[in-house]
Amino acid sequence: MAALMLRWSCLGKRWVLACIDGGSRHGRGAAIGLTSRRKRGQSSVAQQPLIAVQKSRKGEHEWAAVVGLEIHAQISSNSKLFSGSQVHFAAPPNSLVSFFDASLPGTLPVLNRRCVEAAVMTGLALNCRINKKSLFDRKHYFYADLPAGYQITQQRLPIAVNGSLAYSVSVGKKPSQVSTRTVRIKQIQLEQDSGKSLHDEPRSQTLIDLNRAGVGLLEVVLEPDMSCGEEAASAVRELQLILQALGTSQANMAEGQLRVDANISVHHPGEPLGVRTEVKNLNSARFLAKAIDFEIKRQIHELENGRKILNETRSFDDKLGCTMPMRDKEGKQDYRFMPEPNLPPLLLYDTASLPPGADPQQVINIDWIRERLPELPGKTREKLIQQYGMLPEHSFTLLNEVGLLEFFQNVIKETRAEPKKVTSWVLNIFLGFLKQQNLAVNESPVTPSALAELLNLLDRKAISSSAARQVMDMKRGNPRAINKLIGLVRKATLSRADPTVIKEILERKLSS
Amino acid sequence: MSSLLSAPSALREDALRRLKREMWARAVKLGLRSWVGWRRGFTSKADPQRSGRVTAEVIEHLERLALVDFGSLEAVARLEKAIAFADRLRAVDTDGVEPMESVLEDRCLYLRSDNVVEGNCAEELLQNAHRVVEEYFVAPPGNISLPKQDEQEPFSHI
Repeated sequence: MAALMLRWSCLGKRWVLACIDGGSRHGRGAAIGLTSRRKRGQSSVAQQPLIAVQKSRKGEHEWAAVVGLEIHAQISSNSKLFSGSQVHFAAPPNSLVSFFDASLPGTLPVLNRRCVEAAVMTGLALNCRINKKSLFDRKHYFYADLPAGYQITQQRLPIAVNGSLAYSVSVGKKPSQVSTRTVRIKQIQLEQDSGKSLHDEPRSQTLIDLNRAGVGLLEVVLEPDMSCGEEAASAVRELQLILQALGTSQANMAEGQLRVDANISVHHPGEPLGVRTEVKNLNSARFLAKAIDFEIKRQIHELENGRKILNETRSFDDKLGCTMPMRDKEGKQDYRFMPEPNLPPLLLYDTASLPPGADPQQVINIDWIRERLPELPGKTREKLIQQYGMLPEHSFTLLNEVGLLEFFQNVIKETRAEPKKVTSWVLNIFLGFLKQQNLAVNESPVTPSALAELLNLLDRKAISSSAARQVMDMKRGNPRAINKLIGLVRKATLSRADPTVIKEILERKLSS
Repeated sequence: MSSLLSAPSALREDALRRLKREMWARAVKLGLRSWVGWRRGFTSKADPQRSGRVTAEVIEHLERLALVDFGSLEAVARLEKAIAFADRLRAVDTDGVEPMESVLEDRCLYLRSDNVVEGNCAEELLQNAHRVVEEYFVAPPGNISLPKQDEQEPFSHI
């Protein structure tokens, strides 16, 4: 008999410390029941069912966590936001820096058209209202990687506001149990990136590389509509896919093109919101959910032990798996926002308001951009479901894995097999194979044509399903499987073919 | 005004009377406001430090934020005079007038094409640096915090 254990679980919008009997479904079911009853508006204790009363006697605490995100995405452009120096990931230090980026006196910002277009595209894709007039401001703070002492951003009147982002989370153990959530987008603004600091602790110095200083960023601010790490991670993943589909950002977290800061607080449902902390620089999809969940648990733990939460900035230490206060960010920062005096307001037009005879290089038409928006991931998934009759969770997996969708579509093109068969093979056997060998799709030894051919054989019933799987086995380099295949071919050729010749041909084909 | 000139004489007289009344009301309001503003300014001039208009806390806060050194009582007094001078803007009636965000508001914001035209001048840029390590600028580790007010040198009295 499994021992009673206390587990935190995120059920919808509630963090429930429930006494679960070895994770039995009964315990979980009761907790869900309690939550949904609350949602339906019944509040008085007397009305609660007996099970719930028993639960609270056992010490059930209900906390609600509130998570908001600030996501910075590097704009995919050739040159920087306000200067003509190059945007590139790896380059010798300080080689991609113009006089303006180094903040030398006498230099002025000149806005990059491509960055504005990227901001408008992203705003439209996220259902935002595009502000036809937006303004630039200076945000002042001192740090060695910010040579000017201020960052040009859009605090007063950003380029896009009031949008929404739909994402999906799993709500049960089965992959088919997914639910769609929406998070509101407060605003999208254009701003400058800062340079990079390399801390050299032993020599007590910091090395500064300004290659990244001045690169255009899109800051996407998500309202605190999320309640746990998984929801936040799913929302970020969906935003990543949208940005990649639009081409406005490569959104690669490992290369620092997508950075996330989370604002987290906890409170009892029905009571006002708690003090929030900011967890900065979450640069990995893997640690994003972990860091947020840790911080939620930490806050609950502190509050339950009678302590207070400080409104502070913390960072996540992935090795220790915990958040720590950041050194330089004590106290509330006063950024002394002021309008950027060197930049007039940014005016955008639509077809109706376009001034006649205007230089097309100097005006941006929102309608023109809207008509040319690429297909968004949500739409792609819809089409996959309709065209190939696959389940929604399959469409998610296809889009989630880099390059998998293209692979799938290439196989479909070259094979006569049924789409459902292709889906099953690609998602289960092929993907499983890749995961086992720890390979990305573009590193796969199996080409789409090879898989298509294999599926054709299967379709024609020339080989059996188990034989086809063995071919995949062979790609893993399993010698016994190769011999088995030789045996099969011999049987097929009615023992007329020479085994060594068969082996040669097979090896040639398998290594191609 | 142009519409006034082209209207029939009776209507013209009515409109003129109305206009005179409005202008008079505005002038009174204006006069009242500037008098109040002047009085406020007068109070602060009479008692710069102890009126609490710019407290020592605010000075310390500003010194940290902007990294300026207010070094003397005279500098703080000058700051207060500057604030009082700017305060007189409040005397102007701005009801129903859209604030101006930028003196450049009538100018077009020039949009540059996304081409690489600058950079590749690391050597030139590093020439200005006090210390350089392998083409990186060298800075002290993190931000060095300013000493607290009681640890600071007291104002030098001029």
